[in-house]
Amino acid sequence: MAKSVLTVGLVALGLVWALAQTAQADDMKRYVVAGSQAAKLESCVEPTELMRRQHMEFIKHQRIATVHEGIRIEKYSLSGCVDCHISYNAEQIPQPINQADQFCGACHAFAAVNLNCFDCHAAVPNGTPLDAAAMAAHDAAGVAAQVQSHRDGENH
Amino acid sequence: MGKIIDMKDDNDAIDPQRRAFLGVAAGVTAAVTVAPGVLLHTVDAAPRAEPVTSDVRWGLLIDTAKCVDGCSACVDACHHENGLNLQTMPAEQAVKKWETQKPAWVRKVKLQDNQTGRMTTLPLMCQHCDDPPCVDVCPTGASFKRADGIVMVDRHLCIGCRYCMMACPYKARSFIHGDVHGQLTSVPRGKGCVESCNLCVQRRDFGQESTACVDACAAEGHHAIVFGDLKDPDSTICKLLNEMPSRQLREDLVLNTGVRYSGV
Ligand code: SF4
Ligand code: SF4
Repeated sequence: MAKSVLTVGLVALGLVWALAQTAQADDMKRYVVAGSQAAKLESCVEPTELMRRQHMEFIKHQRIATVHEGIRIEKYSLSGCVDCHISYNAEQIPQPINQADQFCGACHAFAAVNLNCFDCHAAVPNGTPLDAAAMAAHDAAGVAAQVQSHRDGENH
Repeated sequence: MGKIIDMKDDNDAIDPQRRAFLGVAAGVTAAVTVAPGVLLHTVDAAPRAEPVTSDVRWGLLIDTAKCVDGCSACVDACHHENGLNLQTMPAEQAVKKWETQKPAWVRKVKLQDNQTGRMTTLPLMCQHCDDPPCVDVCPTGASFKRADGIVMVDRHLCIGCRYCMMACPYKARSFIHGDVHGQLTSVPRGKGCVESCNLCVQRRDFGQESTACVDACAAEGHHAIVFGDLKDPDSTICKLLNEMPSRQLREDLVLNTGVRYSGV
């Protein structure tokens, strides 16, 4: 008896969790930064259905072109994902995109697929750090969190 | 040694006419036409669209006479440029261990001639060997030489076996032992891979003129490091190599290094 109650309880808990994940993934999957390149497009660099299933293939081929051949204007770009789909909190601090409530993280949590890209790649847009004087100036103007220099990819 | 001819690939002798043609062709896309027939040569600041070719070979010339003992501007600049300073000593680690394991793409090295007592100080980084032992030993193809002579690690392929670290005669490589956070967009790096100087490859691909270490050394007023194309006879680095005596470190290994030193 106790066992079946426990089982029912666990199943219910699992369902709630799955629902929460689905809701989260649903919320996040269409998220783009207002004013970003993606916001102006009907879909991402490929039709949405294709992106959902194939994005890992696209960036896998792109990495050979970039690392071995130095090509930096490939259509598929991981830093491009980050630039368009990063979100900012109330203090304008960018939230790492692999966090479980963010664009990449939410879907990967839902699909239960490990996300290793950001073990090495920047999970927020992150240029070369500013020198101390420039940083102080930006701090004073209250825009430190927004100031990014993008050097890794086309127009980002 | 010292002959520029050493620096060309055997199967890749420069055809001056081809170079001239390429120059013109590049001019059409990358330079601004000021007047008919006059091309204002500009560095194309746009991101690279075509695969790198062996028409260039990047290298450095280090004048040890100008390198100042106690200065570490190049090392600091490298850390800043590549985000090496994102890693700090793990709390539980001994200082001595950290000193030997921390990321080091360029190190300041002091040499002493035991007979005369003469001291030389120089920055030592990956020498971008034409015949790189690190590439020879890499079991996965992660260590590779780009067509433009830059030797680097494809971290997607590196399994962290560290064979290359053992093979490198210059101790130019380091291994990332722990998790890294806050990486720069332009320099992805993380736990479990070997890394080394890549001649600021992110700058190369965006048409910038020099490397972080060169800029920092010049900013200090020392101008000990010159960066440039070893295959372009008109480049500053080639002219200097023509004029002043220079050496490859461990030239007995016949690696035809892309980094050359004078005054050692
Ligand atoms: S100096 Fe070392 S790391 Fe650099 S190319 Fe030569 S063997 Fe490889
Ligand atoms: S550590 Fe990585 S780059 Fe070095 S030899 Fe092993 S797989 Fe190749």
